[in-house]
Amino acid sequence: MDFQIEKIAELARLNLKAEEKAKLSKEVAGILDYVKSLSAIPTDQVAPTSHVLNLENVFRKDEIVVSEVRDKALKYAPHAEGNFFKVPKIVER
Amino acid sequence: MKTFPQSLKEARPGSRELLESLTQRVHELNPKLNAFLRWNNGSHLVPEGGVRELSLAGLPISIKDNICIDGLETTCASKILKGHIPPYDATVISKLKNAGAVIFGQCNMDEFAFGSSCETSAYGPVRNPWDLERVPGGSSGGSAAAVASGMTLAALGSDTGGSIRQPAAFCGIVGLKPTYGRVSRYGLIAFGSSFDQIGPMTRTVEDAAILMNVLAGHDPKDSTSANVPVPDYTKSLRRDVKGLRIGLPKEFYGDGIDPEVRASVDQAAKIFEKLGAQIKTVSLPHTPHSVAVYYIVAVAEASSNLGRFDGVEYGLRVPAQDLKEMYFETRDQGFGQEAKRRILLGTFVLSAGYYDAYYLKGQKVRTLIREDFTNAYKEVDLILSPTAPTPPFKIGEKMNDPLAMYLSDIFTIPANLAGVPAISIPCGFTKSGLPIGLQLMGRAFEEETLFRAAYTFEQETEYYKKKPNI
Repeated sequence: MDFQIEKIAELARLNLKAEEKAKLSKEVAGILDYVKSLSAIPTDQVAPTSHVLNLENVFRKDEIVVSEVRDKALKYAPHAEGNFFKVPKIVER
Repeated sequence: MKTFPQSLKEARPGSRELLESLTQRVHELNPKLNAFLRWNNGSHLVPEGGVRELSLAGLPISIKDNICIDGLETTCASKILKGHIPPYDATVISKLKNAGAVIFGQCNMDEFAFGSSCETSAYGPVRNPWDLERVPGGSSGGSAAAVASGMTLAALGSDTGGSIRQPAAFCGIVGLKPTYGRVSRYGLIAFGSSFDQIGPMTRTVEDAAILMNVLAGHDPKDSTSANVPVPDYTKSLRRDVKGLRIGLPKEFYGDGIDPEVRASVDQAAKIFEKLGAQIKTVSLPHTPHSVAVYYIVAVAEASSNLGRFDGVEYGLRVPAQDLKEMYFETRDQGFGQEAKRRILLGTFVLSAGYYDAYYLKGQKVRTLIREDFTNAYKEVDLILSPTAPTPPFKIGEKMNDPLAMYLSDIFTIPANLAGVPAISIPCGFTKSGLPIGLQLMGRAFEEETLFRAAYTFEQETEYYKKKPNI
C-alpha cells in the first residue's frame, strides 16, 4: 500500500501523536484495501458524476445587501483586530 | 413520568403548558440520554396573538448541532468548534422561526456527522431510549433520541449516508432524507457537499409532511438548491397504496441481515401487498459497491470541507509561535479520531498520483449506481428495504472496527449516492423490544409518493403508538 501517513498528514496540516500514527495507518490501510474492489468494475465508457441530478450551473447578480455578518464573525473569532482576523507572525523582518 | 407529549399535529399551538412539561422531561431524561448538547428553556418564545395562526406557532423543534443558529454556540459535537457562535441563521432556521416554531435545544451527534452511533461526539455518547446500553444510531442520534423519548416534538437532522434514517430506525421514529436540492443547506456545516441534505425527524409521517411544507423550497443562498415547485405534502397523506409498484432490490436481501430485521421487513412487504400495492423484485446491480464509493467520495469532500477549521476564523485556536504550527496543533487537538481518519483518507484519495485510481473511479461507479436507480424506477414507483441491517447495537461494540461501523449504513448510502429521497418508518420490534425500521426510496422530487406509502403503512400497523419505557 502506498499510504504514507507522514506525507498525507503534512498535506492535511495535521500533527499526529506517535501512538496515533500506527493505529490510523493500519485503519486507513484496511479501508483502502476494502475500496480496492472497485478496480474490478469496467468504467472506461462511464462518465464520472459531477452532479447527482444534473442541475445546470447557477448565476445571480452580485448585489450589495446590508449585513451584520462581518461584524459578528469578527466579534466571535478566536482573535481579531479592527477589520481583520489576527494570526501569529508569518513573515520575518 | 407524565403523559407522553403529542405529535406536532395534535399539540395545541403556542401552549406554555406543553413547553413547560417538555422542559421538565428534558431535566429528568437528558442526564441519562445525553441527547441535547445545549438546551435553553424556550418558553419565553411562545408567540402571542396573531402569530398563533402560523403553522408551527409555539411548537418546539430541536436542532442537530451542525445547523447554524444566529448567536447560539454551534459545535458539530467537535472540540475544534467549541465556542463557535454563528453570525447568521441557516435558511431552515429562518424558515422555522418564520413559521412560529420555538427552537428547542441543540442535539448531540457524531463529530462532524462522521459516524453511525453518536459515539464519536467529543461531548460523550448518546444513549438509546429503548435500551440505555445501546446506541441511538448516528449521526443524528441526539435528534432521534430526543424525539423518541418525548423530550421534544420533532427535530431536524442531516443525512449524508444515512444519518437521518438509520437513527430514526434505531429509535423507532420517522426520518426523511429529502431529494438532493429539495431543502436548502445554507448554514448547514458541510460534510459531503454532493450528499448532504437536511430533513425532519418526527414521531409520525404526518408531522414529517407538516415540517417539509416549511423546510422545502428553492433558496438563492444555496446554489445547489433546486428550483422545483413545492407541493402541499400533507395532501399526499392518503390511506391508499392501490396500484403502487414497490420493488425489493435483490442485492439488498443477501447475507448479513439480522433474521428479525429480515422477518419484519418481509412482513411489511406482505402488508403493502395486502393493501393493494404490487410487489416485485428489482435489481440495483452496482449497489453492493455503495459503501466503497461512499468512503472515497464522501471522505474526499469531507477532507476538503474541513480544511477551513484551522484556528483562524472559528472556534478553537491553539496558540503557537508561527502560523503553520498553529494550523497543525489546532487541528491535532481539535479533531477526534474519526475526523482524523476521514481527513487522512480524503486527502490521500485526492492526492497527486492517486486521484484517478480512487476519486475519479469512485465518481464513475457512482454514475453506474445512479443509472441502476433510473432503470429500476422504470419498473417500480418505490424501493423497499430494511433501513439498517441490524437492530441497534451495543455502545462500544463497533468502535474498534471502523469498517464494521461503515457497513451499518449499507442500505442507506445508495440513496445519497443517487440523490433520491428516502424515508425510514417503524416496522416492528425485536423479541427484546428494540425498534426496527424500513426504508422506502422514491424518484427524485417525489417525496409525496414516499409520504403516501409511509402514511398508509403507519396507519395500518400503528407501531408509532408504542413508546419507550423511560
